[in-house]
Amino acid sequence: MIEARGLSKRFHDRKRGEIRAVDNVSFTCHPGRIYGLLGANGAGKTTTLRMLATILEPTDGTAIVCGHDVVEQPEKVRANVGFLSTATALYPRLTAQELVEYFGRLNGLDEPTLKKRVDDIFNRLDMNGFRERRCDKLSTGMKQKTSIARTLVHDPPVMIFDEPTTGLDVMTARAIITFISDCRDHGKAIIFSTHIMSEVERLCDHIGIIHEGKLMADGTVSELRAKYAEHNLEEIIVKVVGPLLKNSEA
Amino acid sequence: MNFRSVATVYRKELTEWLRDRRTLISTVLVPLLAFPVLMVGMTSLMAVMMNKAEKEIPKVMIIQGENSPRLVAALQASKDLEIVPYADDWKDQISNKQIRAGVEIPPGFDASLSSKSPLTVQIHYYQGEVKSEFAARHVEDSLKSFRDDFVKERLEANNLPDSLISPFKTEKHNVAPAEKVSGAALGGLLGYMVILLSMTGAIYPAIDLTAGEKERGTMETILSSPLSRVDLVLGKFFLVLSASLSTAILSIISMGTSFYLVGHSPAMAQKDAAVFQLHVGLPTVLSVFLMALPLAVLFASALLTIALFAKSYKEAQSYLTPMTFIVVIPAVASLLPGFDLNPKLALIPILSTSLVCKEIVAGTFHWNYILLILLSSSVYAAAGLFLAVKMFQRESVLFRS
Repeated sequence: MIEARGLSKRFHDRKRGEIRAVDNVSFTCHPGRIYGLLGANGAGKTTTLRMLATILEPTDGTAIVCGHDVVEQPEKVRANVGFLSTATALYPRLTAQELVEYFGRLNGLDEPTLKKRVDDIFNRLDMNGFRERRCDKLSTGMKQKTSIARTLVHDPPVMIFDEPTTGLDVMTARAIITFISDCRDHGKAIIFSTHIMSEVERLCDHIGIIHEGKLMADGTVSELRAKYAEHNLEEIIVKVVGPLLKNSEA
Repeated sequence: MNFRSVATVYRKELTEWLRDRRTLISTVLVPLLAFPVLMVGMTSLMAVMMNKAEKEIPKVMIIQGENSPRLVAALQASKDLEIVPYADDWKDQISNKQIRAGVEIPPGFDASLSSKSPLTVQIHYYQGEVKSEFAARHVEDSLKSFRDDFVKERLEANNLPDSLISPFKTEKHNVAPAEKVSGAALGGLLGYMVILLSMTGAIYPAIDLTAGEKERGTMETILSSPLSRVDLVLGKFFLVLSASLSTAILSIISMGTSFYLVGHSPAMAQKDAAVFQLHVGLPTVLSVFLMALPLAVLFASALLTIALFAKSYKEAQSYLTPMTFIVVIPAVASLLPGFDLNPKLALIPILSTSLVCKEIVAGTFHWNYILLILLSSSVYAAAGLFLAVKMFQRESVLFRS
């Protein structure tokens, strides 16, 4: 389970002064559920996800991931999380298999377990055709599959996906969406960020809309539809964020 | 610290490092090939050029020798000189290498030989031009021979013995073999080379493993794993250290081989070849490496720390290139004569190691200084490593934008 408790992150910029990238964000994601974090570029989604993955430390607040505090026990949290974002690239001079094995070893898997896990993931993601190929020679889709294999190798109970289908062709994107859905069926707690509303509708059980670092709306898809009297998710986001945009422009 | 994790990071970094063509070129190929190619090529070329210069009979012009037929005849008789007719532009001809030297005989030179006020014969040559310098030497030899003959003639005319002008002779005897004297001078460079190469060998991997990771976008990938920052830094540090030491070791092997090849080259004259015959034993080389080890640790950690601060490969290069000068200056200073170890200097990193290496190569082991330098440089190395770990824990450095 993931429980964000008043997560905040402030950065200092020489020109702009203090920037509140994330401001007092709280939400919960249960095992077997997918929480969709939505918002415009620069809204604070990636910073929130980075704090949950303990790559960044919160300035205030905290989060509990599988019973571990992100501030107090970051290494234990990371052992329970698979994190994939647009900024998590692959090592170009390793093969797909070497890369996945490397992360398996860093997660403490012994060699027999690691071999079994790698074979299993490569079969599930249909990656056997390029397992010996260096990552710098892979197509975008192959790279994304390798990244997913990397996040899954230690079978973490929590998965964090930050725009996992960006730049992918339809077939690969579809395979990845199906895979994320399978992860939910296997009882994993998943946080998912995207700009593609069809993916949100297909995957997310719960949605949080973030704007300028603040969580502006939080609920199940049906709850949000009822609250904003709107079926289309895009329109819901506009209804949540639109008035705030007008205020800030004024 | 988890040794298994450190070893896993190290193995992965090593695999990537060995697969990088640029690494192989800069760390393995260049140190292995550059010295032999440069040394053997340069010295062979020099030997050929010198032989050619020595064998050439230089064209020499006599200036104002009209009323000194005796000296002119003596110069013309010399087998080592080719006397060419006088021309007003003799200076230009020397500069343009048409002739190699000019001998300016003062007016009334022959007549002055019998007087008590000796005149000066001037030799004009082009300094720095080997063939011109050889020509000047030949002219000087011919003039000396002319003077000796003249003195001998005078002594004989007065029934005086030769020994009158040289009542005794002197001879210098060198007790050290020539190759040892010159070998020791070259051996003094060993410490300097090991220090400099430890530094240069660490630069590329330090950048690749830090700023390179940021640029390739893999830093966030590794930070999302349960690996602790300490283990991550140590894995990377050991790889940079390995690269640094292997560059130094390969370069020293390559240097040794080059000197051996040149020293035993048939193209080299024996006296010239002796210069390249190093007499530095394996224990000495190992001692130098042992002394340089803490310094290599300091370099690896300092370079990692600085390169991590950079956002890109290019930025890191601009930070690290000046570091070479910081290392070169104290290392070169240690080679200056009169720079000897003392307790204060023993605390200055790089300079102290370079000085003690010079002494070790010369066969002097000041154990108190050796221990002090090992201790001080180990403290600096530990501080460097600590700083590197701290830098890897700073978000503002890892995600600097």
